Amino acid sequence: MTIIKEENTTISLLKDISLTALFVFIFTTLIITISGAPPFEAYENIIRGAFGSYSKFGQVIKVWIPLTLCSCGLLYTFKINLWNIGIEGQMIMGAVFGMAAFKYIPGTCPAALTILIAFIAGLTGGAIWALFAGFLKTFGGVNEIFAGLGMNFVAQSIILWLIFGPWKREGIASMSGTEQLSEPLWLSTFTKMRISPTAIVLTVASILITAFILKYTKVGLGLKAIGSNMQSAFMYKLKPTSYMLLAMIFAGGFAGLAGTMQVTGVYHRLIPTISSNYGYLALFVVMLANYNVWAAPLVALFFACLNVGSIQLPMVLQIDSSLSGVIQGALVLATLGVQSFKTMKKKRREYNNSNGRV
Amino acid sequence: MVKKLIVILSIISLMAAFGCGDKAEKKANKDEYKFGLIMVGPHNDHGWSQAHYEGGEYVEKHIPGTKMIYIDKVNPADRPGVTIPQIVDDMVEKGAKFIIANSDDMSDGTLEAAKQHPDVSFIHISGDHALTGKAPKNLGNLMGKMEYGKMMAGYTAALTSKTGKIGFLGPLLNDETRRLASAAYLGAKYAWEEVLKKDPKDLKFEVIWIGFWFNIPGVTADPTQVTQNFYNKGCDVVISGIDTTEATIVADQERKKGKKVWAVPYDYKGACKGTASSCLGVPYFNWGPSYVKNIKAAMAGNLKSEWVWAGPDWKDINNEDTSAVGFEAGAALSAENKKQLDQFIVELGSGKLNLFKGPLNYQDGSVFLKKGEVASDKQIWYMKQLLKGMIGQSSTK
Repeated sequence: MTIIKEENTTISLLKDISLTALFVFIFTTLIITISGAPPFEAYENIIRGAFGSYSKFGQVIKVWIPLTLCSCGLLYTFKINLWNIGIEGQMIMGAVFGMAAFKYIPGTCPAALTILIAFIAGLTGGAIWALFAGFLKTFGGVNEIFAGLGMNFVAQSIILWLIFGPWKREGIASMSGTEQLSEPLWLSTFTKMRISPTAIVLTVASILITAFILKYTKVGLGLKAIGSNMQSAFMYKLKPTSYMLLAMIFAGGFAGLAGTMQVTGVYHRLIPTISSNYGYLALFVVMLANYNVWAAPLVALFFACLNVGSIQLPMVLQIDSSLSGVIQGALVLATLGVQSFKTMKKKRREYNNSNGRV
Repeated sequence: MVKKLIVILSIISLMAAFGCGDKAEKKANKDEYKFGLIMVGPHNDHGWSQAHYEGGEYVEKHIPGTKMIYIDKVNPADRPGVTIPQIVDDMVEKGAKFIIANSDDMSDGTLEAAKQHPDVSFIHISGDHALTGKAPKNLGNLMGKMEYGKMMAGYTAALTSKTGKIGFLGPLLNDETRRLASAAYLGAKYAWEEVLKKDPKDLKFEVIWIGFWFNIPGVTADPTQVTQNFYNKGCDVVISGIDTTEATIVADQERKKGKKVWAVPYDYKGACKGTASSCLGVPYFNWGPSYVKNIKAAMAGNLKSEWVWAGPDWKDINNEDTSAVGFEAGAALSAENKKQLDQFIVELGSGKLNLFKGPLNYQDGSVFLKKGEVASDKQIWYMKQLLKGMIGQSSTK
């Protein structure tokens, strides 16, 4: 991943993005044409659906926030070469811990303080959940992908059990969700855009903190060193185990924060699909951003636009609503395609180079 | 080679994209009255959501100058991250002046959206915000008196059943579903004891809740499996209480295997279609007339925030212009039982027969209705438990 430093990161990044976009464009255009709908109008509607009004763009930002937070978290784990696929479960547990704070802190506590405690609880919940996977990896020798997937299932079961059991609404047993939070506990929003300044400040701060830690601190350097070359890390007396756990804590923490944000800022309650697959999507965001901390929020913005804009397809064009899923699926596949194409090319280049030199 | 292919493909898709784009006529008629319909399931689900969708079409047909904007599958499993206020914002931007939200699941979101858009009229189906006083002036509730439909469902089920074992495929557990499952039970009990004169002990009426209005893999219990289990346990009729048609589909499959079983679907007049061999009939909602009434009132500017529970037109419960709920008999219902059913409907309609009449006890033995007491609308609406005699989870303790 980070072994060979590309000389022109920005240019190659732009190339990747445009290549992926091109793939997706070709693929979806064909699909839309086959399904008998006008592709141009479909695209136009997606763009309008994302930027057409303040409230629509506000919605984009609402999706961008958890995506970016998760992406920030993943930057740490990718740096040290860990595939933290458990990010989804970490976000869920963040939501659960945040909700627990809202539920059990007495109403006499000032709302702002409650929200603050909920954020800290969510951050902690996500971090603890990530640590489980981290321990399994470092001490149990379980690949972090399997550990993470396993923990995702456990988190999903916990949230279902809570919603259908101890945290259900009075007299109701429904997967619909828990009782709503009282209004003071919702993140306050700008009226027109319906987005929360607190959420934006927290997200931007997360980006800056991540950039700072990864670029200018010993921790960042350590993560990078171990991620690039385990052997040399030992030479420099870095402890891979502690660094891996640290990376997991960061990833889980940011994901947990995103989870709590979903509870207080978006749904105002706990629902089974509180994480909305943003964790998984964030994996692709970071990959597409080429693990670059400044590019990730931009890619996240692009993904958020697509997510929000595509809702227009069933509404305006009566294209079966699953087409929005096709576009997203195509995006994911194209992202993977571009990545593997790149590695393939790189390998071939290395092979050619080494052959040439000998 | 690869590059060439990419170039060619992109040229083709560019042409497709812009070539076909000679803008379909976009005459935005300013006099149009737009109303938005937000559906929890697919608009062609042969169940709950399709009944609403066709109600919307009915409005377009019967009030000139109205236009429906709709979006279906609005639930967190199908559209993760999408919220009701977000959809409403969008519909209002598209010009909608009237919004219908069709699910109990949208209760909180609709209330939130209604407060954000005081100039837009809202109807939340099956909710009770207007009854509890939580609703702002622009939000009303509408529901059909489906307990009658469910009584007919239970009645036909018990008349038809050979084993006396009836399964009720329940969605989630709340006031509405307790009410409807209980009504089905009352219908079945009446048929069993008063019409067939059979021993009350031999009627087994079991309810299993799946956890939501339809199947969400990994989240709810699978309705297909639940129905199969009913049939394997010896039930020969399954009454569906969920939004979709799994019960009849499974019944049809079992019939092909030689089992003599039946099912009673729910919600949509056409729900029996394709499963004629097993379908006893369907209690359904007919939203069109109520929608028309509400939207006409809103257009005239005098829609009130009301909680409306619309009943059947007893003169003809299947009249599509007057009756809010109906019962469409299915092909599998015998002629003799059909006759009995018609008689039952007449008795219900005349008021001669009222099944919500005491003595009726809750499942735990506590009194629901004293001897001779007739349940008020509110008592029926807010049932706290299933009735005594029913098997299944009653409340959420």
